[in-house]
Amino acid sequence: MLVLENVDAHYGKSHVLHGVSIEVRAGEVVGLLGRNGVGKTTTLKAIMGMARRTAGRITFEGRDLQGVPPHALAGLGIAWVPEERRIFRLLTVLENLRTGLDRSGITPARREALLEKVYAYFPILRERRNQPGGTLSGGEQQMLAIARAMVLEPKIILLDEPTEGLMPRMVAQIQEIVHALHRDGVAILLVEQNVPLTLDAAGRVYIMEKGAVRHHASSAELRADQRVIHEYLGV
Amino acid sequence: MDQILVQTLHGVVNGMVLAMVASGLTLIFGIMDIVNFAHGDLLMLGAFVGASVLGVTGNYWLALLAAAVAIAILGAVLQVTTLRPLIGRDPLTTILATFGLSLVLQKYALWQWGPSVRRISEPVPGDFTLFHIQYPWYRVATAVLAGLILGGLWLFLKYGKYGIWIRATTQDRVMAQAMGIPVPLVYTAVFAIGSAMAAASGVLFGPFAGVTQTMGFDFTLRAFIVVVVGGMGNLGGSILASIFVSLLESYAAIIVSPAQAVIVSFIALVLTMLFRPTGLFVPTPK
Repeated sequence: MLVLENVDAHYGKSHVLHGVSIEVRAGEVVGLLGRNGVGKTTTLKAIMGMARRTAGRITFEGRDLQGVPPHALAGLGIAWVPEERRIFRLLTVLENLRTGLDRSGITPARREALLEKVYAYFPILRERRNQPGGTLSGGEQQMLAIARAMVLEPKIILLDEPTEGLMPRMVAQIQEIVHALHRDGVAILLVEQNVPLTLDAAGRVYIMEKGAVRHHASSAELRADQRVIHEYLGV
Repeated sequence: MDQILVQTLHGVVNGMVLAMVASGLTLIFGIMDIVNFAHGDLLMLGAFVGASVLGVTGNYWLALLAAAVAIAILGAVLQVTTLRPLIGRDPLTTILATFGLSLVLQKYALWQWGPSVRRISEPVPGDFTLFHIQYPWYRVATAVLAGLILGGLWLFLKYGKYGIWIRATTQDRVMAQAMGIPVPLVYTAVFAIGSAMAAASGVLFGPFAGVTQTMGFDFTLRAFIVVVVGGMGNLGGSILASIFVSLLESYAAIIVSPAQAVIVSFIALVLTMLFRPTGLFVPTPK
């Protein structure tokens, strides 16, 4: 469904990605592991058209994303949950969700159902719906960022370090949500540093180092043989 | 005492018109980081269009509407042709571009309508007596109408689908785009809305002093003062600052001549820049 072929990307003048090839099939959860600064986030930004791609191809359902304006990606079925969460801080929780809900071609009933669905997943967001996004705690902001992506009804969610800096209880909840999205048939490209969570949630895992994919294996293989993890992640 | 009351009324009326001009300017700055030096000239063109439509139809309210719509369309065209290609460039290029636009629009008005002052007659006739001073009803009506238009804008921004798009884009255009909001279209729409507000203010203000092709600059300058005093890009702050600055000028006019009273606006501007550069009417930034 989402295919990156030999993608090179630049961020400003620095050459960040060197021939990255990754594939995510429909409904699949794929992990992207690696230390800080190896190009995981840039890979997601290259998909979103925010990092300058200088070589290679990115296709989604067979369609080349080159030249597709960034605001059209949501309509194609690609949602992004950035590492910094990027909540609209002055908008209320409900207004944050409305940025994804108020799109053309959605029926009022569908809109209501989607809102109920994310409120069911994240009851705290219903409670805080009239509160500005900037006043939420870090964990609540992460939930809002995921909920905001969910109301787009995406085919794939690019999930960038969702558990970074969260309390263990929150981490467990995020893990729960990843499983639930998987059950709903949403594909996920999960960028993480949390190895156990990634091996639990993802079917396959790519490991990056210095802007390139160094290893690719199923989670079962990696669980059985921890040496690779040791080598690239030092854990 | 009588004089103070009259000047208060005067300040509020002028402040409401100024608030309409400044609200367009601050919306455009907030979302696009564009300092629009042609804003007052869009007001001037709006006033001319209003005066022309009034001359043909005799209907002031139709003239107000026609001017707002015509200048909104002009604003959208100007944004797409002139400013859209400059997005992401050095702010100086957009300042020069809008300054150039300002000159072009002024010269166009001179060519089209000539150098003489056009009158827009007051749609609401009559005066009322306030402590032995005749005060025209139209000025009061103007303030009320400006308040209604600003209230409508606020409701639109607060509750409307497109209002939420505008606020989301103002806060984080990259994330707004990722949520599927067509940001280039939002930019054009905001420029059109700001232009329409300017044009409507021009028609509202027309009966106060007449319409000339040079009237725009004064408004651009005054709108800038209140936008800076109120906090760049902060709509509520701009409105409060408009009334605040206009009241200051009104009270100063009791002591000195009205032409000299303008000085207090500049003093307010300089003091704001020195001691509170983020604006008087915003919470202390973290």
